[in-house]
Amino acid sequence: MTEALTQTAPSNGQPLLEVKNLRMYFPVTQGIVLQRRVGEVKAVDDISFSINQGETLGLVGESGCGKTTTGRCILQLTRPTAGQILFDGEDITKYNNEQLREVRKKIQVIFQDPYSSLNPRMTIGQIIGEGPHVHKITTSKQETESRVKELLALTGLPTDLHSRYPHELSGGQRQRVGIARALSMNPSFIVCDEAVSALDVSIQAQVINLLEELQEKFGLTYLFIAHDLSVVRHISDRVAVMYLGHIAELAASRTLYELPLHPYTQALLSAVPIPDPVVEAEREHVILGGEVPSPLNPPPGCVFHPRCPIATDICRSEVPVFEEKRQGHWVACHHALSERNLAAIEGGKGQAQ
Amino acid sequence: MATLLEIQNLHTRFYTQGRVIKAVDGVSYGIDEGETLAVVGESGCGKSVTALSIMGLIPWPPGRITEGQVLYRGQDLLSMNAEQVRQIRGKEISMVFQEPMTSLNPVLTIERQLTETVESHVSLTKKAARQRAVEVLTQVGISDPERRLSQYPHQFSGGMRQRVMIAMALICNPNLILADEPTTALDVTIQAQILELMKELSKQYGAAMILITHNLGIVARYADRVNVMYAGRIIERSTAREIYGNPKHPYTLGLLNSVPRLDETVKKKLVPIEGQPPDLGADTPGCRFLPRCRLGDPQTCGGEFPPLIEVSPGHWSACFKFDQVGKVAS
Ligand SMILES: Nc1ncnc2c1ncn2[C@@H]1O[C@H](COP(=O)(O)OP(=O)(O)OP(=O)(O)O)[C@@H](O)[C@H]1O
Ligand SMILES: Nc1ncnc2c1ncn2[C@@H]1O[C@H](COP(=O)(O)OP(=O)(O)OP(=O)(O)O)[C@@H](O)[C@H]1O
Ligand SMILES: [Mg+2]
Ligand SMILES: [Mg+2]
Repeated sequence: MTEALTQTAPSNGQPLLEVKNLRMYFPVTQGIVLQRRVGEVKAVDDISFSINQGETLGLVGESGCGKTTTGRCILQLTRPTAGQILFDGEDITKYNNEQLREVRKKIQVIFQDPYSSLNPRMTIGQIIGEGPHVHKITTSKQETESRVKELLALTGLPTDLHSRYPHELSGGQRQRVGIARALSMNPSFIVCDEAVSALDVSIQAQVINLLEELQEKFGLTYLFIAHDLSVVRHISDRVAVMYLGHIAELAASRTLYELPLHPYTQALLSAVPIPDPVVEAEREHVILGGEVPSPLNPPPGCVFHPRCPIATDICRSEVPVFEEKRQGHWVACHHALSERNLAAIEGGKGQAQ
Repeated sequence: MATLLEIQNLHTRFYTQGRVIKAVDGVSYGIDEGETLAVVGESGCGKSVTALSIMGLIPWPPGRITEGQVLYRGQDLLSMNAEQVRQIRGKEISMVFQEPMTSLNPVLTIERQLTETVESHVSLTKKAARQRAVEVLTQVGISDPERRLSQYPHQFSGGMRQRVMIAMALICNPNLILADEPTTALDVTIQAQILELMKELSKQYGAAMILITHNLGIVARYADRVNVMYAGRIIERSTAREIYGNPKHPYTLGLLNSVPRLDETVKKKLVPIEGQPPDLGADTPGCRFLPRCRLGDPQTCGGEFPPLIEVSPGHWSACFKFDQVGKVAS
């Protein structure tokens, strides 16, 4: 096991958030009256990473791999089974409710679904103004109102929107309201969970640009969760690739594309079509067989081995350690630096150019 | 190549809450035997309604095809009687939907759902139909098909259900497959599996495919020709290489500038299309894209709707200023 690993993937600068050996196991029960515990879903199984002040870390992976669960643990919406979450150097998993209330102002979230995350009975002004009012960031009605107007302007929304209701807004506008609400608390860290995934591409680009502008303006730090690798790579400084509760690979965005050391990352990159028919005609498509196994009953050894083209005996029995194989480049694969793997990466490149 | 299906001036409207939604507003396009044609555009632009119109699946109320023709090998599907249409739809033209759970019947076994189609269309015996079912399931990569036949949809994963949908679409040897966002709900590695499979099998069966999607990457990888739709109309049409390399409509260019590319080496700022797509129930004169267009001006573009014209051989654009697209700094 990788229990001994306490280092986290470093990069230059000061970490604002450090996740160490995080585990989140959900119990699976049977029976209605007398619930018996029959197993557990290892939604997140020993992951470690850090995010620097002002940085965007992308978190990608396929459905059910544990992205949202990771975000919810950081937000302390679920108490993790094990592991530490250091925010500004302090382990927030040890916080009491009073301390949590304080730190939650600093850690905000933007959800995927702008339709269901906004209370349909509240006006846009009430939705955005609620946090500052409750937490006494603003002290009078007028102050709250002017704060709301400021936030609407900041997120590119017309200020007369404050008296309207969510159903009267377009998807892109609702997502901006979600962003304005997150900003209302003057956070330093925002978890963006599929924040642009439901939007059409033209609107998606508007929201991505807005997130980038706000980051620059306020020095915000983002954990950007999404399944669209192109979007994640675009917005992130570094990217972590998750598979079945584990981090398979973590590297700078550019490195991840140019030198993907984990076979899963390679397959994921290859599966994403590039919007350019000339490039696509030249590219080699490595199609991964099979499907993601159930997290209720994950494969032994490396969780990726049943689908891995270069798996050997060791992969079927030993969990690979998530370690720094090259500078700033973390990989959990027994064969990351094997000749065969490096040749495969080179081969894929040759095809792509 | 001979034209297989030709849609001419199709109009489909929905009458709801005292409003008329012009979901499809004069769409014309043809698809040749064996080719893969993409229809791309953002949510609500009328891609699905066009496909449903071809299949005769527009629910009345509230929807109705008010004008146009859908010629299949020269015969108008819209003016045929029910029996003639039944012979073609589902057999020669089949459809793969975005969400397989809405089109698979949850209380019927996979066998029933597969064989029902063949038995009704090609009058095979029960045994032959079952054999055919096993054959297509094998082709779509479902292992142990004999056992799988007795299972129900909920016993399949999302990716497997989509494979069953494809098997259902292939079972009668169609000439045309309408694939409406066939992989949008799936993970990318599964999406790649399914799309490769569809490409492979459509080639093997010699079937043409209309691939409806909003994903510009999928279009680039799989389509021969592309129709770009905006607000119920086709606004540009050409080969995939022309559309991506030399777009002649500001909306197409805007879409291409909006998507981040996986292979970008230096980070380029995205250039979004400002504003929102138009309300299809509003009757505004002129080009529907004008309010969001960086190129247009009310004088040129605010009068009549720009017709789709051939601006160079095989390349069509519905823009009065097509010759300036991509030329001025935008
Ligand atoms: N409260 C819960 N109880 C039991 N299992 C859960 C719970 N929340 C999540 N899971 C399981 O944990 C795993 C990880 O789920 P999670 O939502 O984190 O995935 P994800 O990567 O966000 O997926 P998606 O891309 O679909 O949003 C899944 O198998 C899921 O079914
Ligand atoms: N049953 C219906 N009643 C009323 N309006 C409808 C109905 N079905 C579709 N519409 C309208 O017709 C227009 C076109 O819808 P359509 O489903 O074709 O869009 P689409 O291009 O397929 O979008 P998406 O990418 O979201 O699937 C939309 O404005 C939609 O609201
Ligand atoms: Mg999630
Ligand atoms: Mg649709």
